[in-house]
Amino acid sequence: MASEVLQAPLVLEYPFTRSTGPVIGAFLTGLREGVICGIRRADGTVLCPPLEYDPLTAEPLTELVEVGQSGEVLTWAWNGEPRPMQPFDRPFAWALIRLDGADTSMLHAVFADSPSDMSTGMRVRAVWRSEREGHIADIAGFDPDPDPAGLS
Amino acid sequence: MADDPLAPPAALAGDVTVPPAVAGAEPVQSVCTPIRLSYTYTPGRALSRYLQAMAGKRILGERCGVTGQVFVPPRGVSPLAGTTTAGVVELADTGYVDSFNITRVPIERRPDLKPPYCSAWIVLDGASVGFMGLVINIPPEEVRIGMRVRAVWKPDDELETSAANIGGWEPTGEPDEVIDDYERLGRVGGQQP
Repeated sequence: MASEVLQAPLVLEYPFTRSTGPVIGAFLTGLREGVICGIRRADGTVLCPPLEYDPLTAEPLTELVEVGQSGEVLTWAWNGEPRPMQPFDRPFAWALIRLDGADTSMLHAVFADSPSDMSTGMRVRAVWRSEREGHIADIAGFDPDPDPAGLS
Repeated sequence: MADDPLAPPAALAGDVTVPPAVAGAEPVQSVCTPIRLSYTYTPGRALSRYLQAMAGKRILGERCGVTGQVFVPPRGVSPLAGTTTAGVVELADTGYVDSFNITRVPIERRPDLKPPYCSAWIVLDGASVGFMGLVINIPPEEVRIGMRVRAVWKPDDELETSAANIGGWEPTGEPDEVIDDYERLGRVGGQQP
């Protein structure tokens, strides 16, 4: 006996709330206040986003420092079909962005109109949400920087 | 004390310095990071039959041709014998509470589940395994292992091809099952292959 094939939407969702600890907490506090923090290693280099432990020596890291709000795209990938809850509802680029004053890169979205507007080494600038709560999404994304020399 | 192995590391003890823009601000201590997986679920033939029967307020299981065990919900195979099932069995919508849990903490986005409520592993008459259901129309404190229950179906005009057609299980008032022979009770032909 043939029977109709059934289908139904199935959503699995976990509303996690995580404790941040003082390092990630300070990074998120900074985002809420509109600044971006990295953390300084013993050799003076700065990790952004900050880590609690040095990835090479495993030393605890404690000195959070402010970094710039513009930076350089180190690598990128085009996201042609954004999914719900991603940073933008139309195609955009995911990029690893090394902010000025930092030595490592942060993953975030770049609001470019097409892949041809993206290139490694391009300058981008953070776009802030007007209402911020202490979350990585307080940075809506990064715009290609029309004024890379910062002269305006 | 740096040598104290139980001392929390500096990075977690709050012993960090922050730039001025952050120093005076109320510190963020937690962050919501919801995880969401959105599927289109296709139940397959055995479960589709089961769900379609649900629309008619019938509960279908499947019988293992090797052991005679009856599984519900049916999956098309016998998990013990490893064979395809031998046939479909219609089960009663009555059974007993095999084990249960009382939940006193609300679940976000499930306002329909008002604590305290009782979820139970219910073994249908004629079935060899239990399945999950809510025990309703009785204070949770009075639920007990062995209590006889029957399905409370949704109104006919709300029936769908869904296990949610059973809104819960209520006491029948019959004497409790005496569970002194765990392998026998409700478990037809419980011999392993």
